[in-house]
Amino acid sequence: MRRRPNVLAGFGSLVWLFVVGLPLYTLLAATLQSRADYAANGPLGLPTHLTLQNYLDDLDGGFGQYFLNTVIVTVSVVAIVLLVVPPLSYAIVRSRGRTTNLAFRLFLLGLAIPAQAVIVPMFYVISKAGLYDNLIGVILPTAAFSLPVCALVLTGVMRDITPELYEAMAMDGAAPWRVFLQLVLPLSKGGLSTITVFSALQAWNGFLFPLVLTQSDETKVITLGLYDFQTQYGINVPGLLAAVVLSMIPILLVYLFARRALVQGLMGVGGK
Amino acid sequence: MTTTLATGAVTQRRPASRAGTAVTRPGFAWALPATVFFVLFAIVPLVLVAVLSFTRWNGLGSPEFAGLDNWSRLFDDPVMVKSLWLSLLLTLLGVAVQTPISILLGVWAAGNQRNRAVLSAIYFVPLLLSATAVSVLWRALLDPNFGIPAEAEWLFGDGNLFGTQTGAIGVLVLVGAWQFTPFHTLIYQGAARAVPQVLYQAAAIDGAGTVRQFFHITLPQLRNAIITSVILMVVGGLTTFDTVLILTQGGPGTDTTISAYYMYQKAFKGFDFGTGSAVALLLVLVAAVISLVVVRLSGYDRMRSTTEGL
Repeated sequence: MRRRPNVLAGFGSLVWLFVVGLPLYTLLAATLQSRADYAANGPLGLPTHLTLQNYLDDLDGGFGQYFLNTVIVTVSVVAIVLLVVPPLSYAIVRSRGRTTNLAFRLFLLGLAIPAQAVIVPMFYVISKAGLYDNLIGVILPTAAFSLPVCALVLTGVMRDITPELYEAMAMDGAAPWRVFLQLVLPLSKGGLSTITVFSALQAWNGFLFPLVLTQSDETKVITLGLYDFQTQYGINVPGLLAAVVLSMIPILLVYLFARRALVQGLMGVGGK
Repeated sequence: MTTTLATGAVTQRRPASRAGTAVTRPGFAWALPATVFFVLFAIVPLVLVAVLSFTRWNGLGSPEFAGLDNWSRLFDDPVMVKSLWLSLLLTLLGVAVQTPISILLGVWAAGNQRNRAVLSAIYFVPLLLSATAVSVLWRALLDPNFGIPAEAEWLFGDGNLFGTQTGAIGVLVLVGAWQFTPFHTLIYQGAARAVPQVLYQAAAIDGAGTVRQFFHITLPQLRNAIITSVILMVVGGLTTFDTVLILTQGGPGTDTTISAYYMYQKAFKGFDFGTGSAVALLLVLVAAVISLVVVRLSGYDRMRSTTEGL
């Protein structure tokens, strides 16, 4: 059918593979050698003596704690998202109320609010609430800012459920909560995994909220740890890059297993 | 209220059914938790930022009303004016670099061969990483003493990319493109898949080659995707922050001090939260104007292209 061997784009795609692949290769190669070897071989050279020492050093140097904090933030954010977004999307799709429609528009507007725009008042609110330098103070705004995208994705999925199914349940006299539990949730599994992956990614990679809302080592998340590490020990390149790899491992694992959910969510679940 | 509305709707379709059927529609209560949460942590701060921009606050005591002080100082501030221009320049360069690459890659990836799926999976990786990880990685790779420039002097000269404005801006554009091209590729991939095959068949019968098909069918059909993608690049570009903080710290001098970074500097380094808020509000206003355009152009409000524009 589609007989368009786009030579130009095909060649470009190979160039891009190089652009994407080379930095990732140098990243991995650098972390597997000692500082002396790295200095001798250079970033583009082949590693001679492989070692995992850089990773062990990082974990000893506090990255274990940062890792744990990031896990706490991520799990909490996902829990909040999964608790509030499905009912929201259900209401958006099925309710005929004007208030719900208004709420939906609010979330659409929220898509365009950058976190930087509210970071000063967020600092004010979180400080006044006594949550400064507390992981809860990071979790709440992070979750709030992943709501618009998640709501949009899940609403798109729920919109695809055919009206006949709702009507069938209505004939049985099912209340909204039964429709929600027995029809909507099971049929939105794909969308639920998408928003799980998506909000987890946001939380795991979050930087600005932790940067501004926390201070001490006990509340430090892994992205902040990277930033600190760079400013303090920027000379130890293999150690620094090993920390980068550590911060990526869970994401890459999730990607390996949930690629479909993520890509489809981004590409347009309901757009087909 | 909901019940009456719903009953009305149901009667319209099936006159026979009674009020019992209408109960299956959820009310606003279902949307309430998410809405309250979102209002508290996104909308209230958005209102507060406007209020704070008219106050003097050092972060410790209470904010004091300061009238238009912050605003008038802001517009006399050469660094602030420069930062706005830099934000726009970086955004424009980002659009100029990323759009052609992602259109080509997206159209290519829309094909069906297996190697495309594998390559697309690899391309996606940079997008998964935090801006922090990406910036730290590139900072190390481009380090004048230990990085690639030290090895490839023929290409980089004395190698200190971060020491000149051109070099620093180049690095920021490169790193931004490295991370976000995959995302825009995805938008174009989805859009290219949606182009009706009939158009290509008709063109092939008329004897149009690949290149002509690309310019006369694919590109016009991608119009909406291009609009969406460019607008997202603009919003993203205007609010770039992490990359600048880690890669250039706004330097050399103030040569890469873009507005979002300037806001952070003012507020959290200079403890001038009033001025910081004013800068932030400026960013919001720009973003809000663009978001209105997004909603209008992409059809979000009509729920036609649900996630195309994420």
